Amino acid sequence: MDKTSPAGGQTQGSEEARPVSGQPPTDALIDIRDVKLTYETKDGRLPVLDGVDMQVPEGGFVAVVGPSGCGKSTLTRLIAGLLEPNAGEVWLHGERVTGPKSSVGMAFQNPVLLEWRSVLRNVTLPLELVAPRMPKREKEARALELLTLVGLEGFERKRPSELSGGMRQRASLCRSIVHKPEVLILDEPFGALDAFTREDLWQTMQKVKSEEPFTGVMITHDLRESIFLADQVIVLSGRPAFTQYTMDVPWKGERDLGLLYTPEGTEMLGELRDQIQIAQGRAPREEGE
Amino acid sequence: MNWRLFAPVIAIIVFALLWEAVVWVNDWPNYKMASPSDLGPAFWKFRWLFLEYGWDTLWRTVAGLLLSVAVGVLLGMIMGLNRTMRDALYPLLVGFNAIPKATVVPIIALLFVGAHDMNTILIAFLISFFPIAVSVSIGLSTLEPEYRDILAALGASRFTIFWKIALPKTLPEFFGALKVAVTLAFIGTNLMEIVEPHGRGLGHLFDSGKISADYPLMFAVLIALAALGILLFYVVVVLERIFAGWAERSPT
Repeated sequence: MDKTSPAGGQTQGSEEARPVSGQPPTDALIDIRDVKLTYETKDGRLPVLDGVDMQVPEGGFVAVVGPSGCGKSTLTRLIAGLLEPNAGEVWLHGERVTGPKSSVGMAFQNPVLLEWRSVLRNVTLPLELVAPRMPKREKEARALELLTLVGLEGFERKRPSELSGGMRQRASLCRSIVHKPEVLILDEPFGALDAFTREDLWQTMQKVKSEEPFTGVMITHDLRESIFLADQVIVLSGRPAFTQYTMDVPWKGERDLGLLYTPEGTEMLGELRDQIQIAQGRAPREEGE
Repeated sequence: MNWRLFAPVIAIIVFALLWEAVVWVNDWPNYKMASPSDLGPAFWKFRWLFLEYGWDTLWRTVAGLLLSVAVGVLLGMIMGLNRTMRDALYPLLVGFNAIPKATVVPIIALLFVGAHDMNTILIAFLISFFPIAVSVSIGLSTLEPEYRDILAALGASRFTIFWKIALPKTLPEFFGALKVAVTLAFIGTNLMEIVEPHGRGLGHLFDSGKISADYPLMFAVLIALAALGILLFYVVVVLERIFAGWAERSPT
């Protein structure tokens, strides 16, 4: 575990003492404390998470990166309350997570739109569960507002099959935030898109973040994506995963793609790449610093 | 003229002409092989029986099919949502489906002697529920976990997830199976109608034609059956368009 040499605007993650188990949490909206999880499979026990720590303040956006199969998606399911950890605690807004809560929104690499519904009615889906008594017109107005925000106005009556991959992902994003969730969970949302579409989606994501503020956790394999969008990047070790490294991104507010190519950006990317190599069990690159 | 309506009509006319030609070239008498030109008089002679028995065959088939849908969907749900039940029931169903239904017909006919309607519906059901059960179970068990998660994360119940996502998502597979089932149910109905003495339905009319060596009548029944089969099939196609039309991609 290498937590040394924070450079530039980077600082190390939470330096204060870890909150005591079972006590009211810190002021963080998402507070994950020393979470451990083991899957019982027919080939025996498979430890997936082994001491993951993570705090996300209200309005914060944390990217989680790590080697393939290290348990990142498992982490999202823990936050969503779809799984319970074997040890450790997940707190959300001062409440211990023990099951699914309607204050969560999720979007995945696979946009999983319902093909039999129009784009608009796909977006209103969470409202049918969270706000069943909300008048239909209000639901649709809210969905339309979001579709317009992500540049899908005029497509609301189309079927998902009539949309391109990037558009489908935009619609999926709208659906995940339509009910104004306290926490937005994105599991490699742009992973299946081509590079240009992905950069478009990053811009959209920033716009959404400023218009519809949320607290978010994003799983990604793209290091550039992580520092471009997030306030903090967490590197998980190889499986079983623990929080190996935490990096604060010094950029505030809306960002420009050019930032990625500044010395500051390059340095952050280099550091993250080193950390991923450590996580994969390989030595980081040799470089005279 | 709409070509999509016109083309099948031409195909039917060409088929009838070929049939007529084969009979004519071989100089077969109509007690050996009836020709299309013999059918008109046969239909006219037995027109009231055709209407009455045609209705019998139709409603029995539809009743058997409805039973198939109810039981097939239920079995499909049980197998699609529960791994253990799938492992347990699958071999049994496959074995049952492998039994030629013609062998089951006399068993049922002797079990409930004289209950023509029930026997016929029962066979139509037995022969046609399998594809529905299998397709629904496959549709449900192959639901991507993310579909479940988007609703489960909001605290949705299993029933809500089934109702809002799993069920509609399975509809294309269901209708595919229903198209197979509709033809099978039809075969089942007629098997029973032919075998049962003193019965009703087009199958019985066929049997009467056989006993009285009325070949034109037998062929007329076959054509009537074909027509009913086409009708039922396209009713399913229309239902599919209405309920699962979204699965059809427009050619681009």
